[in-house]
Amino acid sequence: MKARKLAASPDPLLEEVIQRALQRGAQQAEAFRSQLEETPVIFEANRLKEVTTRQIAGLALRLVADGRLGAASSSHFGQLEELVEMALEAALFGPPSYLRFPPEQTYPNVPTYDEQVPATPIDEMVVVGEGLIREALRLQPELVCDAYVHRAVQKIEGANSAGGRFSFQRSIFSVGLHGVWVRGNDMLFVGDSLSSCQRISDPASILEEVTRQLTWASKTATITTGTYPVVFTPLGVASALIGPLMVAFSGRAVYLGQSPLASRLGEKVYDSHIYLWDDPTIPYRPRSRICDDEGVPSRRVSLVEGGLICSFLYDLQTAGMAKAEPTGHGHRGAGGYVDISPSCLVMAEGEASLEELIADIYEGLVIDQLIGAGQGNVMGGDFSGNVLLGYKIEKGKVVGRIKDVVVAGNVHQLLGHHLLAVGRPARWVGSSLRVPPIALTSLSVAAR
Amino acid sequence: MDEDTLRQEILEALRGWDVDHLEIRLDNTAATRILYRGRQLEEIGRQRSFGGNVRALYRGGWGFVSFNEAGDLRRWVELAVAHARFVGTGKSSFAEVEPVVDFVPPYLGKDPRLIPLTAKKELMDHYLDILWSVPGVTSAHIFYSDSHKRIILANAQGTYICQERIDVTLRIGASAQRNGDIQQASLSIGSLGDFSVVEGLDEQVRQLAQKAVQLLDAPYVKPGVYPVVLDPILAGVFCHEAFGHLSEADHIYENPRLRELMTIGRTFGPPILNIVDGASVPGLRGSFRYDDEGVPAQKTYLIREGVLVGRLHSRETAAKMGERPTGNARAIDYRFPPIVRMTNTYIEPGDATLDDLLSDIKEGVYACNWYGGTTSMEMFTFSAGEAYMIRNGRIAEPLRPVKLSGNVFETLMNIDAIGDDLSFNQGGGCGKGGQMPLPVSNGSPHIRIRQCLVGER
Repeated sequence: MKARKLAASPDPLLEEVIQRALQRGAQQAEAFRSQLEETPVIFEANRLKEVTTRQIAGLALRLVADGRLGAASSSHFGQLEELVEMALEAALFGPPSYLRFPPEQTYPNVPTYDEQVPATPIDEMVVVGEGLIREALRLQPELVCDAYVHRAVQKIEGANSAGGRFSFQRSIFSVGLHGVWVRGNDMLFVGDSLSSCQRISDPASILEEVTRQLTWASKTATITTGTYPVVFTPLGVASALIGPLMVAFSGRAVYLGQSPLASRLGEKVYDSHIYLWDDPTIPYRPRSRICDDEGVPSRRVSLVEGGLICSFLYDLQTAGMAKAEPTGHGHRGAGGYVDISPSCLVMAEGEASLEELIADIYEGLVIDQLIGAGQGNVMGGDFSGNVLLGYKIEKGKVVGRIKDVVVAGNVHQLLGHHLLAVGRPARWVGSSLRVPPIALTSLSVAAR
Repeated sequence: MDEDTLRQEILEALRGWDVDHLEIRLDNTAATRILYRGRQLEEIGRQRSFGGNVRALYRGGWGFVSFNEAGDLRRWVELAVAHARFVGTGKSSFAEVEPVVDFVPPYLGKDPRLIPLTAKKELMDHYLDILWSVPGVTSAHIFYSDSHKRIILANAQGTYICQERIDVTLRIGASAQRNGDIQQASLSIGSLGDFSVVEGLDEQVRQLAQKAVQLLDAPYVKPGVYPVVLDPILAGVFCHEAFGHLSEADHIYENPRLRELMTIGRTFGPPILNIVDGASVPGLRGSFRYDDEGVPAQKTYLIREGVLVGRLHSRETAAKMGERPTGNARAIDYRFPPIVRMTNTYIEPGDATLDDLLSDIKEGVYACNWYGGTTSMEMFTFSAGEAYMIRNGRIAEPLRPVKLSGNVFETLMNIDAIGDDLSFNQGGGCGKGGQMPLPVSNGSPHIRIRQCLVGER
């Protein structure tokens, strides 16, 4: 990947915020501005319903005064003095600063902008959405579909008192379909979505997923309470496993001792087939970037290699506290403070196809979607949920949809001791997660 | 800009457009946040935000535009109108309501705006000290926030409402860890405009920390179907998840099969079951005088004596279904159009005591407090923060937190006893359509469900 020196064309607004903060006694200051314009085209009940234009702008200031960190944010670009005042007030009480803002430096060249996205006329977006709904209804005329075709352009700029300057643009295009098929008291929900920094004109893969879901759910099946082998599709991996897995990789949870992985850096915790990394330099993914929200250059960070824990994710402040290297995962939240968040998370695929994973199971489940998976003791790695969309496997084949079933497990234990196989292909789920299907040897299943 | 000039500008921007409905909403918010993780204060400070939106309806099609810089309002109106005219090809359905001009001051107890940031921080420091004073606690978190919102809603029919609200929330949690096993316990509290609800919590804070430590020794429940008794907090979450969302008309108004399923007059539960939603109950977190479409707050019976008698509407869903608007169109902020939401949702009290509910259960689960809940309309799941086995009519050994799941239609029918001790939980926030967390409250007395699927985590 080519590296480039960013033209440090200082944004006068950011420069002014920093100058005012320094004049008022701050030792370090950092200003950040995000401007987003998005245009979702929204379909409801199989028809075009709404066109929206949304402009969201925010200005954030973080500063260090007398060794303490303060921050503030505002959507009023005109009231800089109030912004500085609020950040200084916060610093009076704020946490001790462990960070140094990064100086001017070289950033990797990460393509995140496609001018065809903002250039896409609304009527062409309507055509994409209408086509998607038409094809879905061809698969099942009784579906009632909601859908969206969405385009957005975002500009991100940052500057700090150490001379660091960054600015980049990002375009985002996404398409999604959500269908419900009601028969008596029974509701079947199907759907999928796609997103990219580039224009999507053919959402065929959404229809392939919906076709699979409708086919597998065309009959109903039952299962009794017990422990079974389970295949999570990529959608299932995203809905059940990734949340409780990733909180454990936050450098802050590790530093605070909350993460079950806290003392296990360098240890083999998971099955040797597990490889996981975060890579914000992948071209044209909606969370790719040249640097994070603190100006730390993007790079691929390996988290798990052959089951071995390699790294955690850090922002500047946490890295300072934990005496670790910042990894470029600072994410600006409400209020101008920075939290830790993955960018593009990738799990390596294995050898077996989804069908082959299923063929190896005598009796078990396939899970596409859980509801309620994010409740409970997520920090400990627990997940559990009602199977919103899942299927029964008998003698190596999907025989029908199962309902009124709850599954529960601990992601660290399952990936450590109960992995049957990692399948292929890995696919992007949502904007920034690329995962394969995964088969587990045993999962607790409660059925009525 | 002074009030009168702003008002003139808004009225001027709304004038003279050929659409079926047109409104402008402006939102000015000042907020305070204090966040601790572990032993550290991580965030403290204030935020300001200003934004607005324009919504237009033309021949059944909606145009919506939101912005931070109001600038020339008429320009935003023009864009929203253009979007609506692009979309609209049919017929608009939008229930008429009397135009209103009103100013609604905030509902206030002890005004959080008058408490200095130092005092708020000292109180939270004090709670943090209590958490860490409990032996065995290995981590802690505290998140306090308050916000003051001032919202102006004006429409082309002559409505001009300026409504203020102050929201206070506090979430405190502790966790305990042993050999890689982590357990946690937490407390969520909220109020409409009253700082005093977050004061004087020392004993509750100490107990939740002790609870987290004790959970390390508690067993998991054996997954399966049990009779369960829910405490008022969890029963309120159940009522919200299992039935509240299903009664939101925007899920069903465009789907003939779902409309059939939700026919008024259908029996959903036993005759002892009454479920209500309403923002007109004063002083709860889901309370207001007007919703975000200018419809006055009401009290709506959803289930009366087990029978479906009503549902929650926006002006559009009400018109499409030929029913009256209920004042349930709410938007979390200026970036979103209002959608059908709950306000204060509760199960009305019956006459049983907790002992009555427990007495004839040989083996069951008593589930209390909440981590969260979610629904897909037909299925729901919600998590208890605290649980105990019930053995021979008595609350017995503690369990690790459990998850209750089920099918709405079966589970409501399985409610067989309702307590006499209605209370409201004000600490929750509801999410729908990307709009989260919206202030709501849930209420219920203790309830018993004859058969419920209980999962172990």
